[in-house]
This record gives sequence, C-alpha cells and structure tokens, in this order.
Amino acid sequence: MYRYDEYDQAIVDARVAEFRDQVERRLKNEISEEAFKPLRLMNGLYLQLHAYMLRVAIPYGTVDSRQMRMLAHIARRYDRGYGHFTTRQNIQYNWMKLEEMPDLLTDLASVEMHAFQTSGNCIRNISSDQFAAAAADEIADPRPYAELLRQWSTLHPEFSFLPRKFKIAVTGSTIDRAAIKLHDIGLELVQNDAGEIGLKVLVGGGMGRTPMLGHVIREYLPVADYLSYMEAILRVYNRHGRRDNIYKARIKILINDLGAVEFARQVEEEWALVKPLGLDPPPSELARIAAHFAPPVLDANAPTEIDLSNPDFANWVAVNTHPHKAPGYAIVTISLKAPGEIPGDASADQMDIIADLAQRYAGDEIRVTHAQNLVLPHVRRADLFDLWQVLVSAGLATANLDRASDIISCPGLDYCTLANARSIPIAQKLAVKLAPQEADLGELKIKVSGCINGCGHHHAGHIGILGVDRKGEENYQLLLGGSGAEDATLAKILGPGFDENGIVTAVEKVIDRYKTLRADPAERFLDTYRRVGAEPFKEAVYG
Amino acid sequence: MAEVYRLRADPEHTAPAVPLADYQPGGTAVWLEAGDDARLLVPHLGALRRIDIAFPKFREGRGYSSARILREAGFTGEIRAVGVLYVDQLMFLTRAGFDAVLPETPIDPAVAERTLARFPNVYMKAADSLQPIWALREQSNA
Amino acid sequence: MPRLLTGNRLETGDVLWWAGSDWSLHLRDAVAVDDEGEALIARLLPQERINDLVLIDVDATPDGWRPRSTRERVRAVGPSVRPDFALPSLPVEAI
Repeated sequence: MYRYDEYDQAIVDARVAEFRDQVERRLKNEISEEAFKPLRLMNGLYLQLHAYMLRVAIPYGTVDSRQMRMLAHIARRYDRGYGHFTTRQNIQYNWMKLEEMPDLLTDLASVEMHAFQTSGNCIRNISSDQFAAAAADEIADPRPYAELLRQWSTLHPEFSFLPRKFKIAVTGSTIDRAAIKLHDIGLELVQNDAGEIGLKVLVGGGMGRTPMLGHVIREYLPVADYLSYMEAILRVYNRHGRRDNIYKARIKILINDLGAVEFARQVEEEWALVKPLGLDPPPSELARIAAHFAPPVLDANAPTEIDLSNPDFANWVAVNTHPHKAPGYAIVTISLKAPGEIPGDASADQMDIIADLAQRYAGDEIRVTHAQNLVLPHVRRADLFDLWQVLVSAGLATANLDRASDIISCPGLDYCTLANARSIPIAQKLAVKLAPQEADLGELKIKVSGCINGCGHHHAGHIGILGVDRKGEENYQLLLGGSGAEDATLAKILGPGFDENGIVTAVEKVIDRYKTLRADPAERFLDTYRRVGAEPFKEAVYG
Repeated sequence: MAEVYRLRADPEHTAPAVPLADYQPGGTAVWLEAGDDARLLVPHLGALRRIDIAFPKFREGRGYSSARILREAGFTGEIRAVGVLYVDQLMFLTRAGFDAVLPETPIDPAVAERTLARFPNVYMKAADSLQPIWALREQSNA
Repeated sequence: MPRLLTGNRLETGDVLWWAGSDWSLHLRDAVAVDDEGEALIARLLPQERINDLVLIDVDATPDGWRPRSTRERVRAVGPSVRPDFALPSLPVEAI
C-alpha cells in the first residue's frame, strides 16, 4: 500500500499545524464560529447531538496493522473505546472534544493518516473496491488511480468551495463492489484494443433526496489525460452547479438539467482548454504510486485443501470468505454485524485483535467495506481455521456476509444532528429476527437510513428503510428493489410508512411473501422482486 | 469594509471597477459577480489593469474558477477578491490567481503571513507558479 | 408550555442545559426560561462559547423535565443503543 514520502508527510504535518492554529484562534474567540465551522468541516469535524464527531479518512478503504492500532489508540485515548466504520470506507469517532483535536490529528499524522476533506463542500474520500488486488475478476488494482486522485484533490484551490460535497469511486472490475454508478464521478478501469488500461468515466450518480444513476460520458479516457479531464468536470460543476438550494446542488442535478450529452460536451470543451496547461503528471508518477501497491509475496505452493469438519467453521468459510486470485489464499470478511450489536462499530480491543490478525495472516493489510465490515485480503487457506478461532473469541466471527442480518445502518438519531429517526435499533431488531432464517434467504441486502441524506444507502438496498419525522414521531418508509452493484437500480417506496414495530413486521411480511414467490430457493429476493414486481409485496404488507 | 490586503508590488490601480454589463472596451477595471462568465473578458485582457471578483457569501466558490481562467488566458494584472473572505482562505485564493483581497472583516497580517508560508509544497498545478510535487519528484529522480 | 435553553459547549461539544445562572450537563438542573429565553440567547450568542443555542419545548412531569422531541430526549440521555453511556436525568426507555 502507499507509503508517504517526505512531501506527503510535510503536507499532513502542515495541515495539522494549520488546524491547531485555527482551533487555538477559535478557542480565543479570534475567529467567529461562522468562519470557523467551514474550516473544521474541511477537517472532518462535525458537531453532532452529544459531542463533536470526527471522520478520519481511510483512503480507498485501506489501512495496515500499525494504522489500525492507532485507530484503536484514538478510540481509547480520545473517545469512549470504540469507533464506527462508515459506508464510505472511513471511520468515525462520536465523542470528540474540539480542544483535543490538534493532539489527535498529530497522532494520526504519525501513521500517515488524517481527516482531510471528509466533510465540507469539497472532494471527499476516494473510495474503491474492498477486494482490490485480491479478486480474480479485476483488470488491475484500482487503488493507484485512487491515490493519484487523492493527492490531486487535496487542498485543491479551485475546488474547495464547491456547490456541495463531491464523491468519487474507482473500481478495477466489472463486478462493481464500489457502487460507481451511485457516485458524483464513477471510474472503471477498462482496456482498449491494444490492451492499454484507461478509465471509463461516469458522472451524476447519487442517492439522497433525488437518487440517480450515473451516466457514461467517456468510454475510454487515456491515463495521460486523467487529471486534466477530472479538472474539466469539476470546473464545469463549480461554475454551473446550483448554489441556490442545498438540496439541488449536487452535480447529478446539473447533469439532469443539462442532459448527459450537453454536460459531456461542456466537459470536452473545457478539457480542450485545460489539457495544454500541463496539469497531467508524467506516467512515472502513476508508476511510482503503483509500485507501492505491488501485491504481497504469495506462496505459489500454498495448499488449497482445508479441514471443514467443524460445521461452524465450514459455514463461516462458505459465507464469509471469497475466492482469491491465488489458489491457496482466500479473502476474509470480518463481520461487524453480530445480530443485536451496532452495525459497523468496533471496540478498541477488537481493532487491536484485527491488527494482529492482519499482520500475522493477511499480508498486513485491512480493508474497510461500504457495508461497514472489514476485510483481510490475503489469507492463506491453511491459516483460516486459526484465524477464525481468534475471531470467534473476539465476537467477530458472525457468518452473515451479504445476508439478512448483514444490515447497513447509518448512526441515525441516536448520534446525528441531521437525522429524523433512529436507525440502529431498527437494524438491531431486524438482524435478531432474521438471523435464524438467513441461510435459507440467501443474499439479502437491507439498508437503513435515518434521514433523506441517505448515509445508510437505503436507495441501494434490496430492502431499504428510510426514517422520517411524521408529526413529531419516528416513522419508517419501506423501499424495495435497489442495488449498488453493476446491475444498479434505485429502490422504490412500497406504500405508507410504519412505526418502529410496524416496519419490522412489514419487512417480515415481505420476506415471507418472497419465500412463496421465489422460482427456487436460489433465486435472490432482488431477482424475485424484479421478476414479479412490487404488487405482490404491496399486497402482502398492506393487504 | 477593511483595507485591501495586497500581494503585488506595483502601485494600486484605483479606478472604480465597472460592472461587467456596463464594461466598455478599453476600460481598465471591471467587476465580476460570482456567476459572471470570466471568459467574456478574454478579448479585453490587454486593456484591463484590475479585475474585482465578488464573494458575497462564504460558501461562494465560483470566483476561484474565474480567477484561474483569467490567469490561464494570460492576464497579469491585479485580480482582487472582494467580499466575505477570511485569512484562512488565502492559500486557496493566491493559488487560484488572486493577488489582492478586500475582505469584509480585516485580515490580520501576521496570521496571513503564517497562512501563506504553511504549505511550501502543493500536490497540483494551479494558477500560481508553484511546481506540483509530482514535478519535484520527477526532477529528483531524473 | 415550558421551554428550556440548551446548547453544546464549544471546547468539548458537551450537551448543556441552562440552569439559571450557569450551565449544567444534566437536564434535571435546567430551569424554564419562557419569556426571557430570546433575551438570554441574544446575550450569549455574541460570546461565541456555546454552539447551537436553542429553546426547546418540554413537559413538566413528576420525575422532572421531559423534552417533547425524540431528538432532545436523545440529547438529554445519550444514544438509546448505548444505555451504558446514559445520563441520569431520564431513563433510556423514555426516548
């Protein structure tokens, strides 16, 4: 994975010093809150219901054991012993004190981490595929392309006061684990006829108040034009994106208003003007970055056979491991969704255990997934049993990847000032109810958001739940049929909303109806829904 | 309003800035609203000595594109940011091509100096003369 | 209907309740502010030490104040899903 050189480190250190200076000035009332708030947001620091919340950046969801141990230290030293892994591959701490932030950021900088631009109207964390460099289905590791973009977008002078936040995702596979169709810019590595890698460029996807799928504006962008083309897109957005209404300010609204063809034309026109300015680095820079991502040395003779006589272990292998491109290895997903626990939360002790496992068994690398789980990307199959036993003792061995109890939930009204309803209790109740039958249900992605901002990605849920405020009471809308994968669709609302107990019952009714309608036990809920439509489910829920 | 914070050595061109809609060819100072198209000034850059660009709200970011576009088109006169602007934005402003700021609340020169010296190196090419880090890396490897 | 003044401390983000002459971390110490609420905010706002100053509606019950909105009950107690962090002014179940 990427290692900072002295230039990278100097930028992080300078940013820490700058924020320390800004915090001191704020605490001495030398800056007003109005002037300070955007500055702290640009450093990922929100004021939430109970305290400040800090969102630490985990670029393209990749950390090593040293960094994970620091995240555990942060949880102990500055928070209340835990952190929350998010749907954009970052980590959030909920009990932060402003006056301690400069020291915390200094600690983070010592392990090449930061909280740059994890909030604010700027380019956010570049997310990617949690199986990068391990799955057999990718053309190439997308993360060097994400790292190049991360550097280019850090403290960019023209794009730090955009109409709204800006989210970019990169994948190296046609199997889209990065949800590129639901990002402001989505990038897919593709090959031309000569086998050269370039980028397919999509723009204008997103969820929230007006969910939309992205449009392809370039089928093949040569790497030599990568950054200048991104500049052109961002400039068209910065100049012409709406600034009169924050709910209409994302780039997807601009593209919807102009049409994708006209938007693409404006981008090409701008790009023709900026390309000659020398904004693109030479190929040596990408090559330099890519060298950091050389995969770990893998044992070509690693045995593939493992002893599956322990049924719990066998089940966990079947559900939570994914084939690795190297035969003697596996990709392990560590579930942070034990039924009844808070989705995506990990204690400091658990983080330390995972760090140790990564160092011992996984090539010293950990990934954060959009589903708020963690991945150990390069584990020898021969080590799976020992690793699993450690996970069991740490409460991290739930075998539920992509199943009914693997529920994504935003923090919701238990933590977040933007929320209208609590989301975590809904996820907990559903997980506990559905876990006993989830093996039979197969792949079922349930996603819960506590407000229309949709940080729980409910529009991309096979079953999506949206918390709203209905006359001062928490109310929940049920949506069906969404997907964030390469077959992306937006979930549709089924009918009137429910209270807390009602939504759980409604989901159970949907699932019971699915079981009677599925063509065979292997047909996913999503596929059944797409085949039969909403009517049978509407009838099951509302009578 | 506070004083102009100016990073140019030449004497200030004090002619009042004319709104873009009223600009006549040959005019030396013009005022751009946040949403005005800076490229409309490209034929007039030879005559212009100062371009003022409005920042009516803190969140307003279009001026950064306007300034950069003007520098890319070859303008070497003063580009002045006017409005709701704080010292902490100075690095963004200067990199985008501004060399003067007329803020609503005064800029503390000591803080300004610290702010501008904070990042000796930058990741990307912009409207100033700073070489991006990738160029420095290329040179040190050459 | 009684109203309480609440906000978050700048330095720490702690939830605060106006207790008459100073701030308290505990809902049960809060005093109804009613008519002088706006004047209080007008006095405190320029000091810029307390964020998100707001007057909220509460009911007076035998067990103390009960905020009318779920959001304010969550602020008074803590996350409903972490009863181990609960502040004592309201039971977690009251959220």
